[in-house]
Order: sequence, then C-alpha cells, then structure tokens
Amino acid sequence: MNIIVLIKQVPDTTEVKLDPRTGNLIREGIDSVMNPDDRHALEAGLRLKESGGGKVTVLSMGPPQAIDVISEALGMGADRGVLLTDRAFAGADTWATSHTLGKAVEKIGDYDLILCGRQAIDGDTAQIGPQVAEYLGIPQVTYVFGMEEVKGRSMTVRRRIEAGYERLRVSLPALFTVTAEANSPRDPVIGSLLAACGAKAPIQVWDAADLGMTTAQVGLEGSLTHVIRTFPPKSQRAGEILEGSPAQAVEDLVGRLKERNLI
Amino acid sequence: MSVWIDEKLCNGCRRCLKACPYNAVEVEEGKARILERCTSCGACLAECPQSAIFTDIEPRSIPDFSDRKGVWVFAEQEEGRLMPVSLELLGKASELAAELDEDVSALLLGSRVSGLAPTLLEYGADRVYLAEHRALKVYRTLAYTRVVSELIEELRPGIVLMGATTVGRDLAPRVSRRVGAGLTADCTGLAIDPEERILLQTRPAFGGNVMATIANRYSRPQMATVRPGVMEPRRRQGGKGRVIRRKVSLLEKEIGVKLLERVKEKRKGEALSRARVVVAGGRGVGDRTGFRALERLAAVLGGEVAGTRVAVEEGWIPQDRQVGQTGLTVRPELYVACGISGAIQHRAGMMGSRYVIVVNRDPRAPIFQVADWGIVGDLRDVVPEMTKRLKRVLGR
Repeated sequence: MNIIVLIKQVPDTTEVKLDPRTGNLIREGIDSVMNPDDRHALEAGLRLKESGGGKVTVLSMGPPQAIDVISEALGMGADRGVLLTDRAFAGADTWATSHTLGKAVEKIGDYDLILCGRQAIDGDTAQIGPQVAEYLGIPQVTYVFGMEEVKGRSMTVRRRIEAGYERLRVSLPALFTVTAEANSPRDPVIGSLLAACGAKAPIQVWDAADLGMTTAQVGLEGSLTHVIRTFPPKSQRAGEILEGSPAQAVEDLVGRLKERNLI
Repeated sequence: MSVWIDEKLCNGCRRCLKACPYNAVEVEEGKARILERCTSCGACLAECPQSAIFTDIEPRSIPDFSDRKGVWVFAEQEEGRLMPVSLELLGKASELAAELDEDVSALLLGSRVSGLAPTLLEYGADRVYLAEHRALKVYRTLAYTRVVSELIEELRPGIVLMGATTVGRDLAPRVSRRVGAGLTADCTGLAIDPEERILLQTRPAFGGNVMATIANRYSRPQMATVRPGVMEPRRRQGGKGRVIRRKVSLLEKEIGVKLLERVKEKRKGEALSRARVVVAGGRGVGDRTGFRALERLAAVLGGEVAGTRVAVEEGWIPQDRQVGQTGLTVRPELYVACGISGAIQHRAGMMGSRYVIVVNRDPRAPIFQVADWGIVGDLRDVVPEMTKRLKRVLGR
C-alpha cells in the first residue's frame, strides 16, 4: 500500500510566551517541532507499510527549514520526502493550503491512503485533512485511533466520537486524520537520520511553479479568509480581593454569593 | 510583491507593529523594519500616521455578494436528540440576523427527525429545512456533505454556522471546500462589522495565547464552526416559522463509508460540563489528599470537582475531569479555582463561567485577572473554612 503522510513543522506552543508589555507573541528562540498528531499519523503509516508492504512518502509545506521535519520522518522510516516551499506560500489559510497540498498529492500520484494528524497545535483548525480529501474527491475519516484489516480495496478503522467510537469500512483510496490515542510513535534511528540530513537524501523541494500554480492561487493571495486583528485574551471581571483572615474573607464571600442568589 | 518602510519618514511610533497580524514588524533604534515573514497582507498600511509604509500590491477586489442573504445553522442531532450547541448557535444566529435584517434557517438532517423541528423554531429558527433519508440516519461525511452543499448552492445563504463537534469539524471543512467558501474553526466570538456588514470571527490561536479576528471577504457563505458551551441558547415565546421538506436521493455506493457498529462508552465528563458549580484545583493543591478538601466543598455546593492539566498529569484527578484547551470547556454558574495559577490554556476552558472565585497564595497569579472575587491565602485554610461556613448557611 502506498501511503502519503502530511506533516507540518510547528512552534512548540508549550513554550510560547507573551510579551507582558505589548501582549504580542514572542516567537524568537522557540523551537520548531513536528506537529505531535502528525507524528502519530506517520507512525500509523509506517506500521501499515511494515505489515503490508508499500511505500511511505511524507509531504510538508513550509519555510525552507521545514526540511528538518522531513529528515526526521525519513529517520523514522519514511521512504521519500517532498517539501513545498516558496515565498508566495506565506500567509496561506486552509483554503490555499489544501489546494497546494492537493496539487502536490496529485503530482506524487499513485497512492492508496493519505494520513494526517487530527490537527496542528499552532492553528488547531483540523480543516486541512477534510479539505484535501474533498479536493482529491476521496472519502475521509477523521479522529481515527485504530486501523484494522485491509481487505481488497477497503479498510476497517475505528473513529473516536463523543459517545464512544465507530467502526467503519472505508473504500480506498481514502484520507484519515489520526489522533494521539492511535499509537506511540517511534524515535528516529540515528543512522537513518544522519543519512536523511545528507545531500543524497530522497527529498524533493517543489515551489509553486513546480505544482503548476500561479501566485494568485497560493499563500495570502490565494486565501479566502484573513486575519484582520490579533490581541491578547482579556477578561472583564470585577476582580475584587477579599481581605482579612480566612474566616473574615470567607464570610465576605458568602455574603457576595447570597446577594447574587448563588446559594 | 512586497511592503517596505521609508526610514526617513518613520518616527518609530510602533503602530504598524501592533497592526501586524503576523508579527512581521520590528522596531529597532527608533525605526520600524519589515521582517522576512511578512505576507504582504497590508494591515499596517492604513495605520501609519506618517504614511511611511509603501506597497506594490494591487488591492484585491471584493466581489458583489448583495444577493447572499440569511444566517444558517446546521442543527446537529444524534440518535434523534439535538446537540446543545445547535440551540446555542440559533441564539447567536438570531442576534446576527437581527443586525443584518435577515432571517435564520436551521438545517435538520437525519432519519425520522421531524419531531425536532418545533424545538428549532422555538429557539430562534424562522425556517427549518428538513432532509430525511435512511442514508442520513447516522452521520457520514459524504452523505451529509452532499445534502448541505446542494442546499447552500441552491439557496445561497450569507452565513453558515456549525458546532465545533466531531461532526461539525468533519463536515464544515468538507462542505467549505466543495462550495468554495472560506471557513474559520472553533470560534468563541461572532459579530457583524457595522461598516462592511461582514461576519467577524474571533478564535483563540497558538494554544489560546492569542485571540485572532478573522474575516471572510472574498467568498460566500461565510462559514464558521463554534465551540460548544460558548454561546447562549435563547428560547422565545411562540416561535413561529415554517418547516420545508427537501427531497433527498442518495446512493450507498457514493458515500464511500459503511458503519459496521457504534460502540458506546460512558460519556466522559458529561456531569462536569453540565455542572452548576465546579470546584477546580491546580498545582497548588499539592497532592491527591488535597483534592479531598475540594471534593467536600463541591459536595456542599452540589457541584463537581475538576482540575488543570498539571493535576491530571500528577495523577491527582482522572483525565476526564481536566478543564482547559486540551480538556473540557465548562460554563457553570460558579467556578471555584483553588491553587490554579491560570495558564491561558486553562483559562480557555473556564472563561465562560458566570462567576469565578479564586483562592491562591500568590497575589500575582494570572488567575486573579479572571476572578470576580479573590482570596489571597493558603487553600488549606480557606477551603475548609468555606466548606464549614457554607454547610452552616445551607443547613447541610
């Protein structure tokens, strides 16, 4: 089975801090990592390859340094990597991104399955998977946490829902978005990782022209939604501090709760 | 295509820096400088009082959408029961529609679900489009996508809202791509821009560290998914409206997915997300026994106990009691935060609470910024004191 895994390089948001003065995000000095859910998608792809044969290709769109996550994926066992990078891709919303990734998947061709993470930690939109599936005109299953047998041109998967889970039979080719519950991703093998960072690594770099796309179709220009303002989250509460001994403060508090009929 | 600043004109006022949604402006030695990550979005141009910012980008023309009217809500149901978020969305949709002087429609898909239509009318829909078919009994992406997309293409609404549930987050992006519309995920705020009359969609980004307002100027409908528990449902007296039945023809083979079984597991956190009072603990609680005191307080108030990610990671409370960005969103009448510093990720899950009480030793803890009432002190003293006194007052 030939599998394409979509991966994204993201800032490690567990480290994200705000500038207390301006309220802006401090991005400098923050490490970039492979998006956590994408790592589970890649692991799922590698396991399918190991049990049933085939090839795993990883595909990413980002700045030139995003090649690091592709090298890492090759170090984990992916066979080939494709990086989409072009100044014109900057500022893309999910509409432009899914269009660009969709074109790249078509150019790679010959796939049975596309895997991606449930969502990326920098945007949390969870839109790229379904939008790429729609672009390609193939079925999708989101929130996949278990993959059962592959039978002919179909596959059985488990999908997490609010009330429990669903077992679904899906015709291939299809696209799944994978949750962290699915597996424990492996670490890269040092030897493979070193090879993946070398000049002979099987990584291709494509720009908009390689995909046959104009600048009007990609990046900010090709987007339908635009960020018009960012601001730090704010609260509008009174913030009254009740002073005195614990007994005194609690008495005041109970008084406030009574006033508002909360007790 | 680029944006640049004339250094001679720049007075270093930093307005462009604040206007930039991409953090692509830097001020050094009193002069602003555009960084590599600039996307040429042009947000800084109008802000510059010196007119020192220049661009060679041609303004993109906004198509005429004056024929796109109506606010639509996808009324999600599961096994014949409406999801609460559907009614919350109708509440918001009524507000938006009133501002636009348009009306509200609900889309109800399923098999034998017509009994739900009166509830939708009662909660703000002026019209219910009802699509019933055996193939729509359980949610499947391609079946639902086809019905919703065809309705959108035929009836041309201006706005379409869905809940950010497992169904909504699967369906909305698929539909948006099919009908050629921009989509904003997981919104926590929706409003109409008074001048442009477009939908302003506000959502947390970067793990809730930043709020971003997003506009959808270049396509229709303006689509958004909205987090459950954020908007208010509004019941109205004698909801009048029409139910319009839509014919549906669907073939099994075009759906691509077959449901083999649906396995129910106990709904995690259901009691918590419905609780009227939530008593939550964080790192400051210290250990598992510390949570006992919180449990006693919750019992007196008839509430539920919850915790932060730290409390879960330390094993003090189970994961299904985690409140925050990666856990549950709660909106009780009363939220009591004990020993919680107030990381933005946690605040994202409790900001919708009606009243917030904070107990913390550190007066500088950011959680005090979202408090209605705060007590600076050791929760080991304060919490038992609260329990004791409330017990007396409530006669429990």
